[in-house]
Formats: sequence, C-alpha cells, structure tokens
Amino acid sequence: MKICEIQNLLNATMLCGEENLEHEVYSACCSDMMSDVLAYVKDQGVLVTGLINPQVIRTASMMDMACVVFVRSKAPTDEMVDLAEKCGIVLMKSDMRAYEACGHLFAAGLRGNAGGTHG
Amino acid sequence: MGEPLKFHFEVDGENFSSAGEASVMVKKKLRQLGFSPEIMRRVSIAMYEGEINMVIHADGGTADVTVSDTEIEIVLKDKGPGIADVERAMQEGYSTACDNIRALGFGAGMGLPNMKKYSDYLHIDSEVGVGTTVTMRINLN
Repeated sequence: MKICEIQNLLNATMLCGEENLEHEVYSACCSDMMSDVLAYVKDQGVLVTGLINPQVIRTASMMDMACVVFVRSKAPTDEMVDLAEKCGIVLMKSDMRAYEACGHLFAAGLRGNAGGTHG
Repeated sequence: MGEPLKFHFEVDGENFSSAGEASVMVKKKLRQLGFSPEIMRRVSIAMYEGEINMVIHADGGTADVTVSDTEIEIVLKDKGPGIADVERAMQEGYSTACDNIRALGFGAGMGLPNMKKYSDYLHIDSEVGVGTTVTMRINLN
C-alpha cells in the first residue's frame, strides 16, 4: 500500500515527508509502548500510535519504519517533526482512534506482519 | 578493516528527549561503513534500549562501541543504583520503572530481554549502590 493511500483511508493530515507519499509499505503495527514495538515488530512500515514524545520517532527510525500515524487527534511537537524530517520518516495525524484506524488499514489489505509471528 | 574502530559517547541522564542520540549516531556510522540493514538494526536497537535504561534508572553514563572485523561490541557503563536481581530483571515484563516512565512508552519490562534478543552475547556486571556495566556483542560472520 502506498503511504498516500494511508492518508486517504485515515483522512489524515500530513505533517512532514510529503516527498515520500508514493513509498510502498507492506505491514503496520499499533502500540503506545515503544519497548513492545522494539521487541515484536519486524519489517513493519507503519507505526500507529497515540504516544507523543521524541522516542516515538527514534524507535521508528531504529526499526527502519517509513511512516508514523498519530491517532486520537494527537499532534507531535516541532522537535519530533524536525527529527522525523532528518530521518526521512513521514508523519501524519488522524482524528480516528487507534482501533478504528487499524481497522481501516487492515480491511484495505495492510496486514500486521510481513511473514513473522508477532506484531 | 585492520585496526578496530572505536566510538565513545556520553549519555546525558538529565534529558529523556535526547536519549537514544548515541544509538542514532552509531546507526549512521554503521551505514557509512556499509553494514547490512539487519546488523545496523540489531546493534542500534540493543544499544538504544541500553541507553534508555541508563537515562531512566542511572542518571546517564557512557557508551563505547568497538567495530572490529569479526564483531561489534557495545559497552554501557553507569554509576546508577545497580541491579539487585539480574536474573529477575532479565524476565520479560519485569520492570522497576514507575508510571511516569510508562507514560513515555517505556518500562514494559522488555529492555533487557530485547538487548539479549538482538545481541549474540550479553553480560551484565552490576553492584548495588556502585553501578552497572552492560557488555553486548554482535557477531559479524
């Protein structure tokens, strides 16, 4: 799925990384616990979260993720946007709750894991 | 490669926002050196969890990374409270972090298990009231 399709499905506002909207992602995960993201996630392209602090961006960067979606109308700080721009990560925010956002993505074919058993 | 490459970092314990900066730097260096995404990810995640631990529990410390032909070694040293029961600390889900740390997305009791998972060798040398030294190695062959 292209990142621009995620934006459409979640009716999301782009915050940075517009140049990567055509980038393909193959799976996603959802968590507010970054340690769980670091533990269980493998080759996920997208992180859906309601957590706001710079470690969200660092975690995504460590995991080579392409896109972070902030749900529940949460907006990242300027510091987080700067960090994401440096890492080449797309940020967007949606008014949907996490469950609803994940439901839309899953129904549209974006699954939880690209072949592993967790996530 | 010849002589091993050494990198030294001071990890600031005062500032949660900056935690992980050393790991980001290391990932960047490894990319420049041409390592595979898998090796970069394992090294940077293992080090990142260690860095977060030093900031949460030990008021910061130092990180030393050595890249040789056969392995990448990460040594994280702090003068924090030490770990009373290392075996228990290694259990998934066990954490002594308080609620304000959980609110930041950490303290799920996955830090040390993740460090073990992503490294080939993990040794924890800790003395209560003195500090902790964590040594991790990732094989390159």
